Amino acid sequence: MFKVLVGLLTGLLFGLGMNVSQMVNPYKVANFLDVTGHWDASLACVIGGALLVFVPFYHLLIKPRSHAVNGEAIQCSTQKILTPKLLIGAAIFGIGWGMVGICPGPAVASLLRGEAAIYWFLLSMMLGHYASKRVFK
Amino acid sequence: MTDFTPWSALAGGMLLGLSVTLLMLLSGRTGGISGILGGIWGASRNEWPWRLAFIGAMAASFLFNPLLGLSEAALPDYSLAWLIAGGLAVGVGTQLGNGCTSGHGICGIGRFSLRSIVATLVFMASAALVVWLTGGLGVAHV
Repeated sequence: MFKVLVGLLTGLLFGLGMNVSQMVNPYKVANFLDVTGHWDASLACVIGGALLVFVPFYHLLIKPRSHAVNGEAIQCSTQKILTPKLLIGAAIFGIGWGMVGICPGPAVASLLRGEAAIYWFLLSMMLGHYASKRVFK
Repeated sequence: MTDFTPWSALAGGMLLGLSVTLLMLLSGRTGGISGILGGIWGASRNEWPWRLAFIGAMAASFLFNPLLGLSEAALPDYSLAWLIAGGLAVGVGTQLGNGCTSGHGICGIGRFSLRSIVATLVFMASAALVVWLTGGLGVAHV
């Protein structure tokens, strides 16, 4: 139950962050990526703002802990090696992100807008995720 | 054309940072949206309920926009084929590459993970290349 409540609270905060930062606007994203054109650096401030909070809390408060507050292990990737799979996957993700200006966070935060485009994007994204999991594992 | 909006971007980013901090501190989980969403199906009873709660609350946060004085910008006029191709690439890429803008770009970079720093540079570079080649979202209707 505690974990579900944490999910609700953190999901709400995350969604608010997506809307407040306007990252739900694909044009803001595309203009951040358009470094040779009308560059809009807002997305860098979004990541900067997130790191401003997460970095000190992670390194001073979370990392020294052996377990999370609910007693479960803190699950972070322990992989250290750069694999072709990571690099190819990141490159493919970037191609899709550049094509539509939407990544998973903004898509979920826009779910209730009632826009068919968001449903189609999320549906194909989940299909791609599922297919990739089946094929490459 | 969009304007540079540093203050709302910084404020929104800090909300994202607070979210991933609390999720990791309280529940020990990484606040990566592709991972949370992709792990809903077939997950154990300890995993899927909180993920569903997270996704549901995130979607519902949209309802606070009028209170915050926010209005939704119009989406580009995407063609269905372009959307599906982009969606498939995002789905496959985030699965193969173990994360998206939040998982790598915020949580991974915040932990100073080399893999996440490199992954973020790679997906930003390939996305920028696509934007350069396609003139932003200019051909998204094709």
